[in-house]
Amino acid sequence: MTRRHGERLATLLIRVAGVSAIAILLTIFAFLVLEGTPTLGEVPLGDLIGARWYPIEDYYGLVPLVLGSLIVTLGATLIAVPLGVTTAVFIAEVAPRSVREVLKPFIEILAGLPSVMLGFLGIVILAPELYSRLNLATGLTAFTGALLLGWIAIPTIVSVAEDALDAVPRAYREGALALGATRWQTIWRVTLPAARGGVLTAVMLGIGRAFGETMAVMMVTGNAAVIPRGLGALFAPARTMTATIAAEMGEVASGSTHYHVLFLVGILLFVISLAVNLVGASVVFRARTRAERILS
Amino acid sequence: MITPLRGRRRRSQWTQRLGFALLTLSAIITTIPIVMIIFVILQRGLAAITPEFLFAFPTDGLKAGGIFPAILGTVYLTLLMTLAVAPLGIAAGVYLAHYAPATPVTRWIRVAILNLAGIPSVVYGLFGLAFFVIFMQFGTSILAGALTLAIMTLPVVITTTEEALRSVPNSFHVVSVSLGGTDWQSVRRLLLPQGLPGILTGVILGLERAAGETAPILFTAAAVYLPRLPTSPLDPTMALPYHLYVVSTQVPGMPPGIQFGTAAVLLILVLAMNLIATIIRSRARARRMW
Repeated sequence: MTRRHGERLATLLIRVAGVSAIAILLTIFAFLVLEGTPTLGEVPLGDLIGARWYPIEDYYGLVPLVLGSLIVTLGATLIAVPLGVTTAVFIAEVAPRSVREVLKPFIEILAGLPSVMLGFLGIVILAPELYSRLNLATGLTAFTGALLLGWIAIPTIVSVAEDALDAVPRAYREGALALGATRWQTIWRVTLPAARGGVLTAVMLGIGRAFGETMAVMMVTGNAAVIPRGLGALFAPARTMTATIAAEMGEVASGSTHYHVLFLVGILLFVISLAVNLVGASVVFRARTRAERILS
Repeated sequence: MITPLRGRRRRSQWTQRLGFALLTLSAIITTIPIVMIIFVILQRGLAAITPEFLFAFPTDGLKAGGIFPAILGTVYLTLLMTLAVAPLGIAAGVYLAHYAPATPVTRWIRVAILNLAGIPSVVYGLFGLAFFVIFMQFGTSILAGALTLAIMTLPVVITTTEEALRSVPNSFHVVSVSLGGTDWQSVRRLLLPQGLPGILTGVILGLERAAGETAPILFTAAAVYLPRLPTSPLDPTMALPYHLYVVSTQVPGMPPGIQFGTAAVLLILVLAMNLIATIIRSRARARRMW
């Protein structure tokens, strides 16, 4: 009798745990909204879309922060996507088994390195190097951040893209090779197109990773909340949404306008990452059903 | 007729060679920084790691002495986090692998997990501040920080647990049920023990991630300097990654030895956990019954 009760209890707990992910996601959103939306009553909308972020004098223009995040993420994407996807192709299609066995765990190590450590190396090694090599006014620029973020996003892109390439049925490659295609042609015309969905997901997840990164970016981008103008802005200081929260939340009185605005920035981050993730996921779902249709 | 074909063939051979060379180059460009990061930190940091550095308090405005409170703080944070995330994450993984019916709710659970994994770590920090620190009134404390980290690592633990359990062949479960075992019995006696190495790997990977994260503990747990060790879960604490942030940005004139030493301790901690996870995984694979 007690035994059956114990079993029922265990099953019940497991079911509750199963649904917990939804509950937690909703709670997170609820608390962000709860703390962030008072902003709308305190700061006029026109000020929020203003070009000036200077909380001490009550300027809460979010535009420079959003653009700062965009330019750094864009730079990181331009670095990480080509390198990540080609590295994944190398690992999945070209590298001999022994090289593959070494490379994969290596890139996993990169994924596990704390971002604060990369930020530290960015400050003491990368920034001075860029400063003297590129003759910049300062080494702490959006470009420095983009470089670091590139390498932070690479492991995500490599491992997801490599999984996608791995999942392409052998028969596809064998068919192409049997028709006289070279391995190179097979990769570009058969394997990569077949893994397209997964590779796109890899790219989206990589972008999401770069966009949400905080510590490394905060430490090396110089944190100037200015509106980037033109490509030259890449080599000037910038300030991202994530870095703004991390740098300022510690010194803000809870319940103040500044506090509420920082939560509003958090809501923006939450919603944008949600969108990036959902796009990435929907690509996978679609690709999978397509593959199933073709194979059945 | 034959010559152009052969020429074409030769050209595509060259294209292939060039293409493979480029792919190799790209893989090298990707990996070189990783080697350099590890090399530079160990080379410049190991010299700074003395028994005093590991077991003493910082002195002279963090510019001298050791980092013991930071190391201990990270141990406290990650241990408490594990206590919170392991039961919940493993149970949720069991649910998804074994109980979850193919309904919209299950699909929503998966979408939620995916999105939890994608939320920026600083947003977890915000949530931890609003929920654990203020709403639950834990204050800036180890408890608030550990629970924030637990929520952040939850998706990792759930996903790896589910994968580990799914890799156990279904026939195990079928045999158990055919012998009169209940669902719960086959979960407890077969699925969990067989999936254990995979689950452990997931928990350790979560630990590794949590040990290195700074943004979630910035406003929920971390203190720049504390003269005493924390005595209860409701005390704030120093922490390794936060300490590295502080000594590399917040204090001017910091000796590089302290910075690189802190970075090296953090790196060794992370690499050690990575290694343990790898060993568990490969030993389990060698010993597997199926």
